[in-house]
Amino acid sequence: MAVVEQIRSLSPVEVDERAARRSLRDQIAKLERELAAAFVGAFPRQGIDFGVARAPGGPRMLSLGELEHVRDDLAERLVEVRRQLYARAEEEEHKRELLERMLVEPGRYKWVRVTARELGRGDCGAYHVRPRLGIVGMLMGWWQVKVSSGCPLAT
Amino acid sequence: MSDPSAGWVDVEVSEEFPELRLVELPVQARPGRSPRSVRDRLKHLSNRFRGAQAVAQRQEPVPWAYRVFYRHVGLDPDADRTPAEAAMLARLVRGGFRSENLLDDALLIALVETGVPIWALDEAQVDGRLGVRLAGSGERLGRAVQAPPVPAGRLVVADDRSPLAILFGELAPGHGVMPDTRAMRLFSVQVAGVPSIHVEEALWQCSDILLERD
Repeated sequence: MAVVEQIRSLSPVEVDERAARRSLRDQIAKLERELAAAFVGAFPRQGIDFGVARAPGGPRMLSLGELEHVRDDLAERLVEVRRQLYARAEEEEHKRELLERMLVEPGRYKWVRVTARELGRGDCGAYHVRPRLGIVGMLMGWWQVKVSSGCPLAT
Repeated sequence: MSDPSAGWVDVEVSEEFPELRLVELPVQARPGRSPRSVRDRLKHLSNRFRGAQAVAQRQEPVPWAYRVFYRHVGLDPDADRTPAEAAMLARLVRGGFRSENLLDDALLIALVETGVPIWALDEAQVDGRLGVRLAGSGERLGRAVQAPPVPAGRLVVADDRSPLAILFGELAPGHGVMPDTRAMRLFSVQVAGVPSIHVEEALWQCSDILLERD
């Protein structure tokens, strides 16, 4: 009889743990969705780490603590990714404004160069304020924005 | 040809993952070289799937569902890539989907078209229906002499006698499809968020291709 009582008292805890694990799995799914959205939204920017610290071992049933660990790592990574993307977006906005000013008054931004990467538009291409007709343009003050659309050659 | 049928999932596992399913399909097909039609299909797929699709892939429902399941079972999908992501990455690195052999090509086409991974075992090396369970202590991966030990608690795909594959991982040595295989057992793992029709479609596509000949 005492054993039966003990089992009865344990069962709700087990059920609660399972419910807690289910809740954690739902949270992990939501975080993974948000991280995936950030990954897709970040393209073609490079250098942002989307990886989460790897738990050792193969496929297994994770304990409550392990699931919490995965959830926390994902949440931390998402916060860090968003912080980096926000910082990048601000830098890119500044560069876009600079590019607009360069296009309007190239003479005021001699030799300034803005790359496509700085604008968040991939790796290839750059906008460079250069004199028209080389040295003649330099002496006459004829400046223009040259657009280089090519990628650097593979070395 | 028989229909895809549900394998078993151990109670302990299904209580935690109620939507986890194993679906299997025996196919009377032998391995070999891919016919021209299959090689052409791979070329066509290479043109359809490019960098943009690779980036957007992890937001698509089926590849995303497998990524989430990887997290749920302690795998890191950025280190141990999901099969669909691994295939897409290989396509980008190699410049296209390359033809290997009939079986690998069939598995790849079904994977890329549906997002659902499929594995194949030698039918003669499988005893009973396949299912998913936790490995017990002292178990080995397969029944070959060189079968490696499986850590207790690992999620495995097993038949009536022993584990035959790590879930989403390696197949047991000596149980995969060999040149002298006369029939295969295809199986796929369905996780939460993956519609059954995708899994069945993947298995049908794979078996149809395996039965194609020049």
